[in-house]
Amino acid sequence: MDRSAVIERLKAIVGGAYVSDAAEELYIYSRDQGVQDPHLPDWVAMPASTGEVASILELASREKIPVVPMGGGLVLSGLSVPLRGGIVLDMKRMNRILEVNEHSHYAVVEAGTSQGMLDAYLRKHHPGLKHSLPDAPPAATIAGNIAIHGSGHLSQSEGGFHSEMVTGLEVVLSTGEVVKLGSCSTVPAWFSRAPLPDLVGLFLGWNGTTGVITKVGIKLFPRPKFHDVLVYMTEDIDLAPMVLNRVIATSMAEDINYALAPKPDYLNGFQMTVINYTANSEDELIFKRKKLRSVLQDLYETRQSGFMPIPPHMKAGFLEAPQKALSKFADVRKGGGFEYVGAIMPIERIPDACRAGMEITERHAITYSLGARIIGRGSCAMFFFAYPFNRVDKGEVERVKEALEETNETALRLGGIPWKTEVQGQRLILERMDPATKGLMRRIRGVLDPQGIMNPGNWEVT
Amino acid sequence: MASLRFDPEICLACESVDCIMKCQYIHMDLARAKEEHDRLTRGEMSSILKDCVTCYACEEYCPSGNHPFYHIVELQERLGIHPVPIPIEKSQVVMMGPRGKIREMELKSPLINMCFFDMMKGGIRGSLFEGATTFGGSDVFCNLMFLHFARNSTIKERLPRMIDNIMHCAVEPSGTREVICYHDECYGTYTSWARAFGVEVPFTPVHLFEFLKRRLMELRDGIRPLNVKVAYQRPCSNRLCPETDSLVDDIFALIGAERPKRTYEYGNALCCGGVPEAAQRFDLVDDIRARNVADMKAAGAQYCVFNCPFCFWTLAEPVAKAGIFPVMMSDLCLLALGE
Repeated sequence: MDRSAVIERLKAIVGGAYVSDAAEELYIYSRDQGVQDPHLPDWVAMPASTGEVASILELASREKIPVVPMGGGLVLSGLSVPLRGGIVLDMKRMNRILEVNEHSHYAVVEAGTSQGMLDAYLRKHHPGLKHSLPDAPPAATIAGNIAIHGSGHLSQSEGGFHSEMVTGLEVVLSTGEVVKLGSCSTVPAWFSRAPLPDLVGLFLGWNGTTGVITKVGIKLFPRPKFHDVLVYMTEDIDLAPMVLNRVIATSMAEDINYALAPKPDYLNGFQMTVINYTANSEDELIFKRKKLRSVLQDLYETRQSGFMPIPPHMKAGFLEAPQKALSKFADVRKGGGFEYVGAIMPIERIPDACRAGMEITERHAITYSLGARIIGRGSCAMFFFAYPFNRVDKGEVERVKEALEETNETALRLGGIPWKTEVQGQRLILERMDPATKGLMRRIRGVLDPQGIMNPGNWEVT
Repeated sequence: MASLRFDPEICLACESVDCIMKCQYIHMDLARAKEEHDRLTRGEMSSILKDCVTCYACEEYCPSGNHPFYHIVELQERLGIHPVPIPIEKSQVVMMGPRGKIREMELKSPLINMCFFDMMKGGIRGSLFEGATTFGGSDVFCNLMFLHFARNSTIKERLPRMIDNIMHCAVEPSGTREVICYHDECYGTYTSWARAFGVEVPFTPVHLFEFLKRRLMELRDGIRPLNVKVAYQRPCSNRLCPETDSLVDDIFALIGAERPKRTYEYGNALCCGGVPEAAQRFDLVDDIRARNVADMKAAGAQYCVFNCPFCFWTLAEPVAKAGIFPVMMSDLCLLALGE
């Protein structure tokens, strides 16, 4: 089938207004905000339904055309950049919130539903419930974030990575078959993945190489009425595991983040542990505040660390979810460039990760923001090495690229695993991966994507 | 560098030891107080140095004007006592430090020094401040807050440059010598700390309350009496200029506000809790805030008026939760003017 026939077929599936091969639009879809090299797609299509996704995949499978699913396009590491061309499947039209179950605390959304849309919908229609918000722009999608094992402001207290909060999926396979996973495969409700054989993991963390997620069931959580924050300031990086573990052990913190950065200058050389906590009454809030403070009392009495007084105008920023501070930092160098290595790692490696991040950035003459979010009541941390850059400054772009590659290697050396990493980072991970695990990945991929059309270039086991 | 005019002979001869005996936060009998007081006078370690909440009040309590609080701060710094955790102290030193960005400004009288609180200049409005111009920020910041951090050295180091900036960039271009201090902290710096440390102040500091009183008298015809009970949250730095406390009464008389009789008022005023919070003395903070707000409530206060933005930030929420309306003094005056 020649190019013009493909676009005509795509127009027939999704409508003429929702397909493009115009150069200016292909340019937009060829890149993200990170430093990865752009790759032009051949077509961009915006399906409005699962049926349209299935039809596109049938076409792609028949014609052996690569397909790259894309949510908000905000992943930064090029996961939705079409490395081998083909069709970018922009899911943003599939943005309906299909169900909110107030009693069983889950929502079912289409794959293009953004974090901001679900948050706004819940605030308006179900004010007693909330979902875990990543520190990403509101345009980031629910499906995209769960697919990359994202985390958010409830990941510490409410069950870990967002992928662990998935109650079910609807997925279109490369052949165009539509598959339901979780309780929705058996009964008309999306409450759980248990007690069935768990196939959801076949589509989480695979970067769209096994299928296209079209619907997601996601856990919701109570939204307490009271919310406050404590910020613990230290000057000794090695205190981090102790401070974090003591706070975790109280079981009173909803979200725990650790951060250090050279800017603003008055925070240079210091680390902040930001502890968000919530309650259903003022008394409960006060009780939690006292408990959280008490576990660090012997430390702050030495005067080597302590809780920062936070005036109201500063407190508002700390109480935000998603946190805007990182988004603001992303533009600190101006010029629209920002990328980071997120590494899932043990909490005890945080001090070494901080030191390594500072050393790498100093050597490459770039700036940084380093930090970690605690996941799953202390099972691990999502450590971020964030590097903003000026896209116009080609030298800086190259230095950031080198720093990112080195940071990926460092994260692995420290016992962590780079998160949502670009292809080069995926290769580093695969080099260290157990051969039997790689073999299983290859076989699964062969079953689910026999034509090799699903986001090719990603997770390629050689 | 400036040095404190402190006479140990005056302290050694003191019988009342008011600086300790009147303290709201340190409780000991006279014999023990004298013992600790003597240690302080000799420049030795004393429990006072660690227990002091840095409320400034002993500057007011001392019947001889011998600067007991400034002396305490000098000793704390010399003996390496940190009332506030060191990272917070260091961070504040950088945060509040001069940026060197000040330039000569086009200003005219009345000239309002906003201290560090340039973000509060939205409150400089209405007929009360008609024609007023403001300046503020880190390049004109008095730095007196470092008394809470046992860092007199920071004040000594920065204040001459701040005074110079104020003179050359604000006072001289405005053609006036009067600088109206929005915050007690600045007024206290120029009328108390500077004198105690022998630092010359080449302009005339005017307390905001003095200015408000003047303006209210000029605008008297437009005042509609508020007929409300108003509690006054006296800030720590007002202890450096206790003579201005009576101006609250004068202003209240002009705007028809009643200052209800309270336990924690005038010399017994309680700290807002902001500094003890920075000092990690959380039980004390809870205690003094609860007592303070309950006292306002028991006195029937409908409003709580502040002059210090930090006190406002610290105490406005608990005050409001108690059903008392928190308001800055200048806004209360504007209310009486119907603005």
